Amino acid sequence: MSAIEVSDLRKSYGPREALHGISFAVEQGEVFALLGPNGAGKTTTVEILEGYRRRNGGDVRVLGVDPGDADREFRARIGIVLQSSAVYPTLTVSEIVELFAGYYPTSRRPDEVIRLVGLEEKSGARVRTLSGGQLRRLDLALALVGDPDLVFLDEPTTGFDPAARRHAWETIRGLRALGKTILLTTHYMEEAQRLAGRVAILREGRIVATGSPAELLSTNGSVEIRFERDGEPVVVHTDEPTRVLHELTAEALAAGGELERLEVRRQSLEDVYLELTGEDG
Amino acid sequence: MIRLFLHELRAEQRLFWRSREAAFFTFFLPIIFLVLLGSVYGGDRIQGFKGSTYLLAGLLGYGIVATAFAGLAITLVIRRESGVLKRVRGTPLPAGIYVGAVIGSTLVVIGLETLAQILIGHWALGAGWPAAPGSLAVAILLGAASFAALGLAVTGLVHSAEGSSAVVNAGYLPIVFICGVIFSVKSMPGFLQAIAHVLPLTYLLRLIRDVFVDGKGLTSAPGSVAAIAVWGVVGVLLASRMFQWEPREA
Repeated sequence: MSAIEVSDLRKSYGPREALHGISFAVEQGEVFALLGPNGAGKTTTVEILEGYRRRNGGDVRVLGVDPGDADREFRARIGIVLQSSAVYPTLTVSEIVELFAGYYPTSRRPDEVIRLVGLEEKSGARVRTLSGGQLRRLDLALALVGDPDLVFLDEPTTGFDPAARRHAWETIRGLRALGKTILLTTHYMEEAQRLAGRVAILREGRIVATGSPAELLSTNGSVEIRFERDGEPVVVHTDEPTRVLHELTAEALAAGGELERLEVRRQSLEDVYLELTGEDG
Repeated sequence: MIRLFLHELRAEQRLFWRSREAAFFTFFLPIIFLVLLGSVYGGDRIQGFKGSTYLLAGLLGYGIVATAFAGLAITLVIRRESGVLKRVRGTPLPAGIYVGAVIGSTLVVIGLETLAQILIGHWALGAGWPAAPGSLAVAILLGAASFAALGLAVTGLVHSAEGSSAVVNAGYLPIVFICGVIFSVKSMPGFLQAIAHVLPLTYLLRLIRDVFVDGKGLTSAPGSVAAIAVWGVVGVLLASRMFQWEPREA
């Protein structure tokens, strides 16, 4: 059984359609990333799966259950990191982790979870004194303290500096090693590439591509050739750069000219992403 | 379930006493008013009763509204807008236990506050002891439950955390005076009396004065009990429609 199965999921806010029928599945133990720009529908999707929002159509199963009927048992099996941190500012780190631990029928030891996210030095500090990155780690601790099977991470590293982001990635990789299923949303290509086994790229409420990072690269042309013809830029994407270049250069030589401003480069996943989401300008 | 309730109740108590603003406005301010007003008017006779006893009864009512209505509403709006309620909703803690513990914690605060006011009133201001303590306890519990329901309902009218304190205080402080916390309703102009006549605090104050000062039992004031209970039911109905867990999107 898949941890998450989504088929033809639809959601509207009034007249605005936020999700136009998306489908994907996440296997148990997999790290799956929903990647897309702001407003693409990532949070809407995740919050439907978490049981916060009602869908307008389609079928959704999370851990075998329809999250529209989320009950205690369901909530005990999922861990949630919402898009923005939300905790009581006057409690200390260890107090709030202990408070949340008490909500779950089976929980992990609070001090262990605090160590796992790297907040042990802050465990006696009031939440309001934490930095943004530390707050996010606390969110992660609260998502993990109930020992969930499935963890939702909605933009877990937005606003982090590069060092904090790397630290968070280490922690999330550690979860993967524990066998947790993880659904992650992000608008950082690199984050998806580093953490996720498979990625779905969302654009304006539709999934425009799904696959492993390597598959996404190969299906969208892995080499980009650019040059100018009569002052106009020409861009060619190809999986056979040798043949294509040979043809182009032969043509140019036969005409007795140059391929002006010729560039050949391997496309990064970033390029594929920007192209698919229409954000490449 | 009881374990969960006590777990949350303990946390709620910790949260209340650590929030200095909430603790000041809901717990200490009624006591400060009692001491100030009591030391000025405590020796007078008000409505034929000893001033300090009359004022103490009124300020017990004020403490209940400040804590169960205003304090609760402001706290919950801030929690809702900061996303805390949404986050809690995503855990297996049942919603009813959470709301129950929040209200339970409010009742604990009101209990302590009532006790403090009675003791300070007696020893510092020479107010009398409650004439019918059992009836007083029931009256306070009824009033607190009613105003807590109204407090939950009013969260639906406040859309932002920044405004919550201003909106709630602007709304209820005038009511506190109209309903006769300090001055008798009878000494007010007719249109204010008409407003006071429909508001639940008027009846709660009347009930508290009846049992505290006159020593009447609850059964001798069925009108006041019914008025408070009806407002409580209205509060529950409105709260079940208006209370929200997610931040209001601006």
